[in-house]
Amino acid sequence: MTLDRTLRPGPAWVRVVAPIVVGVLILALWMLVVDVLRIAPRALPSPVAVVNEIVLHADIIGEDMAITATNALIGLAVGTIVAIVLAGLAAASRPIDGMLAPLVAAIAVIPIVAITPILNTMYGASSQFGRQSVAAIAAFVPIFVNVLRGLRQTDPVHRDLMRASAATGLQTFRALTLPAALPYLLTGLRIASSVAVIAALVAEYFGGPADGIGTAIATYAKSGRAALAFAYVAGGIAIGLALFLVTSLIERLVTRRTPV
Amino acid sequence: MSDDARIAVRAAGVGKIFPAKAGDVVALTEVDLTVSAGEFVSLIGPSGCGKSTLLRLIADLDAATSGELEVFGKSAHQARIDQDYGIAFQQAGLLPWRTVAGNIELPLELHGMSRAARAARVAELAELVGLTDFVDRHPDQLSGGMQQRVAIARALAEQPRLLLMDEPFGALDEMTREYLQSELARIAADTGAAVVFVTHSIPEAVFLSDRVVVMSPRPGRITAILPTDLGERDEALRESPAYFERVTAVREALHGAPVERANER
Amino acid sequence: MRSKRSTAAIWGVLGVVAVLAIWELYKLLGPSEGLVVGAVDGQTGSGVMLLPRTNDRAMPHVWDMVARLFQSASGGNTPPLIVPVVTAALTTLGIAAAGWIIGVLVGALLGLVMQRWRLAEWGLLPWIVVSQTVPLIAFAPLVASIGTQIDRGGTPWPQWLSVAVIASYLAFFPVAVGVLRGLEAPDRIHLDLMRSYAVGYWPTLLRLRLPAAVPHLLPALRLAAANAVVGAVVAEVSIGMRGGIGRMLIQLAGQGSSDPAAPWGPTLGSIALGLVAAGSVALLGIGLKNYRRGEATA
Repeated sequence: MTLDRTLRPGPAWVRVVAPIVVGVLILALWMLVVDVLRIAPRALPSPVAVVNEIVLHADIIGEDMAITATNALIGLAVGTIVAIVLAGLAAASRPIDGMLAPLVAAIAVIPIVAITPILNTMYGASSQFGRQSVAAIAAFVPIFVNVLRGLRQTDPVHRDLMRASAATGLQTFRALTLPAALPYLLTGLRIASSVAVIAALVAEYFGGPADGIGTAIATYAKSGRAALAFAYVAGGIAIGLALFLVTSLIERLVTRRTPV
Repeated sequence: MSDDARIAVRAAGVGKIFPAKAGDVVALTEVDLTVSAGEFVSLIGPSGCGKSTLLRLIADLDAATSGELEVFGKSAHQARIDQDYGIAFQQAGLLPWRTVAGNIELPLELHGMSRAARAARVAELAELVGLTDFVDRHPDQLSGGMQQRVAIARALAEQPRLLLMDEPFGALDEMTREYLQSELARIAADTGAAVVFVTHSIPEAVFLSDRVVVMSPRPGRITAILPTDLGERDEALRESPAYFERVTAVREALHGAPVERANER
Repeated sequence: MRSKRSTAAIWGVLGVVAVLAIWELYKLLGPSEGLVVGAVDGQTGSGVMLLPRTNDRAMPHVWDMVARLFQSASGGNTPPLIVPVVTAALTTLGIAAAGWIIGVLVGALLGLVMQRWRLAEWGLLPWIVVSQTVPLIAFAPLVASIGTQIDRGGTPWPQWLSVAVIASYLAFFPVAVGVLRGLEAPDRIHLDLMRSYAVGYWPTLLRLRLPAAVPHLLPALRLAAANAVVGAVVAEVSIGMRGGIGRMLIQLAGQGSSDPAAPWGPTLGSIALGLVAAGSVALLGIGLKNYRRGEATA
């Protein structure tokens, strides 16, 4: 899902201003409910209080952000590598594809975070590995699906061209299959990045070491320190957005040269 | 007013300009054209000459930027609201989830015709285009030529006095084209509808039309209007000397210069 | 066609068997305490564990997991583990279904509004995308407390409804995007056709945009179902709702050292849950077969 493939064309400034206006309205409504009307439950803090907490605790929030972000990144990296290898195998071999297709379809619909407690037992409760594995599995699926689609994508006309030019398998791979699959890989990476962050975060609710954004949110939400919990939420959003923007940028830069 | 009933389309000084980043594109300029009721007129010319644009203006799918355009004495907009025309495009444009019958009856359904009346009309139209045995098939089960026949049947569904067709046979092979041209000529004669027909093919334009409107690009304009003065449209016509002569005339008008003929060398 | 489907099924089963075989093989060959890199003596938990532990406490045998399901849940005369697992799974399934329905309704409405008014699309879509980066956990106590307030105010609001609302938060997003994409999917030529018929927004919506949207809708609904399940499980944990599979996962994981195969009960239950949820939505697609003609592989 690319934002700009869904968003219809229009004057550039309106497309930027419109969401800003909506954002301001949301913020105004929030402040109205909490600070002015004072009808909000205690679980909803004032945006002012949230910003306050962010500033006060920026250092420890940053530390936990680093943990969760690292888990997400490691999961993303491992998931990507495994996905590319397996997609390559599946594209090359029917039997492997037959075995993998239902497994991947199943993984795509099951709540992966449910595996976290078991992974924590396997790796030990003090290891980050459980969370990284969950992030890896979550990232694996969109990348596998997209890379496989990309590898199968080539136009029959192009294949005929390679064959008529007596290109070897390796040459065909480098000149045709790889460049054709690259945009798909990058799309998968963009989707997988947000998924990996969420997975790494949510996995923290299911056990493991007492660090990371997720555990902090859960702890502070339960103990009633709503503003601090929301401050951590802001940290989580920041990680997710940063990764999304980076991968979107890479995708945009590379696909500009390859018309898809 | 009674005068206007005999005139299907009247264009006077019609122009269309498309704004673009690299400078405005003059798609059409100073178009003067009158199509009488029951007349078959073709628009022919190279890419960019504005023939499809003109058709879209008549259909009120786009608006003219200058000049006057009337369809049956009303504005093109009103003619569309009053459903005075039927339209067929180069791609059949059938809705893939509907059967042939469902596609033909689409305009009837949209405009509130009862189910029984629709069924009768669909049967009539299917027979007109020779697809009675296929009414329950879906478009993905039909060939390109058959899909176009469904599109034509759909365009005729509400018995319009004007048919607008934008290269409907463009994507078909030559044999199917010739067959469908004969069918279209027959249907147009039988229903008495006026037809404005956009095409790339000179033989097709000459075979089908009473008059051929030759256009050229940059800017899009009419350069010549040639009457065909040929009688009944049957297969024998395709081999007659009069036919070939008219084809040459149109070709010369398109090239803007006399064309050398093989048997005159 | 039939043989193609049965060969696909055979390969699928082989795939599952292969996974189980890999598990047992690793258990046989892998190091009992796992492979740790960079550990410091005397400091437990230091170093990076690259390979998990293979002893029976950490990685039970596959047959032990299955067998445990049929042993009593908490000793004595309690029914076999599979019973509370299935009950909990069904409970969560029901809540997820409720969350799915709410999410689908909200998402569809948003999608319709965004398609109708481009301004709405420009203003709302970026926020809808960002909304999915906000972790659910933060809203769970909020929704729960609003729920209790409503409940005390007179209108009954059971705890599971809060869970369903939270689950719908994850479900609405794919539906909103799918509906928007789908409603915008028709070719220019079909839109021109409808315009030539001089019909307005509503007939065009009903006869053209909605049918054309079906190929986009079905994968979105499937994704929404999977998300609703995840949302329900996570929300159960954060609200502390009893009776669902989320809580059971945490509970039995805590007993993992004394009863290693037990946590696999609810784990397998959640896996089954996700599959059933997605499968039910796929069944919907069967009835809509005609609307998917000419659909490229979704």
